[in-house]
Amino acid sequence: MSEALLSVQELRVAFHSDDGIVHAVDGISYEIGAGKTLGIVGESGSGKSVSSLTTLGLTRGSRAQIEGQMLFEGRDLITLPDDELRKIRGNDIAMIFQDPLSALHPFYRVGAQLMETIQVHRHVSKSAAKARAVELLELVGIPDPKRRVDQYPHEFSGGMRQRAMIAMALANEPKLLIADEPTTALDVTVQAQILALLADLQERLGMAIIIITHDLGVVAEIADEIAVMYAGRIVERGTTQEIFGAPQHPYTWGLLSSIPRLDSPRGEELVPISGRPPSLINRPSGCYFHPRCPYVRDAHKRVDPRLEPANGSTGHVVACLLEHAVRDRIWDGIQSGRDPEALRRMADASPSPAIPAGATPAAEESDGTDSEPSESRLVESESPAGERLPPTESPYIGPEETR
Amino acid sequence: MTPLIEVKDLTKHFPIKQGIIFQRQIGAVKAVDGVSFEVEHGETLGIVGETGCGKSTTARLLCRLMDPTSGTITFDGRDVGTQKGDGLKALHRDMQMVFQDPYSSLNPRKTIGSIISEPFVIHGLHSGAGERKRRVQELMDRVGLNPEHYNRYPHEFSGGQRQRIGVARAIALEPKLLVADEPVSALDVSIQAQVLNLLRELQREMGLTLIFIAHDLSVVRHMCDRVAVMYLGKIVEIASSDVLYSLPRHPYTGALLSAVPVPDPTGGKRKRELLTGDVPSPANPPRACRFHTRCPKAQEKCSQDEPLLEAKPGGSIAACHFPLTDEEIATRLPVALSRQRPAPEPATSDAST
Repeated sequence: MSEALLSVQELRVAFHSDDGIVHAVDGISYEIGAGKTLGIVGESGSGKSVSSLTTLGLTRGSRAQIEGQMLFEGRDLITLPDDELRKIRGNDIAMIFQDPLSALHPFYRVGAQLMETIQVHRHVSKSAAKARAVELLELVGIPDPKRRVDQYPHEFSGGMRQRAMIAMALANEPKLLIADEPTTALDVTVQAQILALLADLQERLGMAIIIITHDLGVVAEIADEIAVMYAGRIVERGTTQEIFGAPQHPYTWGLLSSIPRLDSPRGEELVPISGRPPSLINRPSGCYFHPRCPYVRDAHKRVDPRLEPANGSTGHVVACLLEHAVRDRIWDGIQSGRDPEALRRMADASPSPAIPAGATPAAEESDGTDSEPSESRLVESESPAGERLPPTESPYIGPEETR
Repeated sequence: MTPLIEVKDLTKHFPIKQGIIFQRQIGAVKAVDGVSFEVEHGETLGIVGETGCGKSTTARLLCRLMDPTSGTITFDGRDVGTQKGDGLKALHRDMQMVFQDPYSSLNPRKTIGSIISEPFVIHGLHSGAGERKRRVQELMDRVGLNPEHYNRYPHEFSGGQRQRIGVARAIALEPKLLVADEPVSALDVSIQAQVLNLLRELQREMGLTLIFIAHDLSVVRHMCDRVAVMYLGKIVEIASSDVLYSLPRHPYTGALLSAVPVPDPTGGKRKRELLTGDVPSPANPPRACRFHTRCPKAQEKCSQDEPLLEAKPGGSIAACHFPLTDEEIATRLPVALSRQRPAPEPATSDAST
């Protein structure tokens, strides 16, 4: 798609740490069109924040290794020199951070911080900048903006601070707004206000929004498209209707059935995802999700799944080695409330050796990051699933707990 | 049977002081201001509300981690507020707490073994050298931790595992009451369910009474038999979960429920009832009905007469002069709520075909 505002291709971000190389983002691709909303969902450590910080060049540093392409209006944000990038940051692309208390400077008045954002990018007088600051505070619904503009962040409540952050991000009418967990620290009532505000502003200003969150409810409310991230990769991507209506990846199923919902019958057992997210230094072999996946087969421990169209639709892509038919059957089973054991048997009942066309055996996959010779992965197919996990992984937090 | 806990007119005011040497009180933050409720044996009571509504203070008062300003708490026939010395120690043996932040509620310099065995040390239980270790390892096994990790330190564990340590410590003395203050809000979504299931399992096995405090309404509905909604230090509505989530009568409960995002893009197109503004300061709460400044249904009467908790149609007990009508409930609440499936289907055994 040429009309995409931001097009990310095979982005990889790795950090060199004392313990080894942290593969925070491992080859993700997505696109977002002007005026659209993309939701990125994942747990902590799935690389969702790092990928968006990279958009703004905020992960640049001597220990970071960034590869891939990020085209924003035809310019590659990864290779762009710092001074060029600085003209885009806060101007064409702006960001809202999770914790408004630590993202606002406590020693400066809210107005001064807003004016700085404006004056960095535009040659306007101080009084004009201040007038604009008041206007912005009014836009985001802060009562009495003329008085509030001269107050300090500690005089604002949590919801108002988040509004001030949004005002700051909007100062230069960005084309793309990145919101990193914008409502996580807020109460539900305030969260609803902020989400309504974002949707309203998007309509009025026509900007694209990337919203990063772990809350599936939030993305269902505002996103057009959703990308589900796990261990630095996108494991499933599709429109909001596709992801919630017919999710294809076992991790997405896990996320959906591990949260209690207001619209499901009360007393329904939650089915947690067993175990915990993998270390990004020693990643599992094959499918990164296999140590936690209830439907894992031996082949999945060796073969690395690729994103491929699910059910023929080109927009909805999933990286899973189970066959389409099996996935459809399991998802139907989950929805009708079958118990986990029965679901697992469903996955086993079908013939296992078939490997979907889009997948490449791990031996051919050269991500160049694993020190182990890739052949040995194929040989050690008998090894237990948890072998490559960090030593603190407790065998007690395993599948037996999903009861 | 008498209830396990009876709370009557509980208040906690934190003084606001001025002056450096000669301090005088110029006001008070009314964190909890006249709260009454009862909890039966084996029941789970949920307390929900926004930040600053006094739900955590209530929890701390219940466990006597703070002294109440006035009011009484009767726990198992004992008056919590007046216990001292040995009496208080005996009381604490029967009530334990799980805290919100699994990172700051565990001493980083102590091993897991000594953290979990501390209740035994304090109460002088299982004093034999091997006996105490054996008991602790049993507890670790019980909450799903590997007993071999006895000598590890908290930083070696993930958030979910640390919360399990907190739970193990809380159930060590086999208390009658467990107060869980936002036990899962610091955890990742996939881990939350593990801890919630553990708490429910323990409750079933040990016959625990649970007071569950959270701001996430979906989690509270999942866990609790009865739910109390707090606003600015007062309970504004209390009802069984089934009633509260289908026929809420207080406009504040309605607004809270309407604000919860539902992970269903097709059912989400509902008329949102958005509250405007923020919670007023508890140091200077609005007169009469405290919610009248933000209430969509507020009328003159609301700023003059304080409404009392009373039974409303449908079975809910709410403090409101103009409770929500059935039509209002239907338009405000998530569409999904009204089309609840009746009951979870029993698992079928022919699933493998």
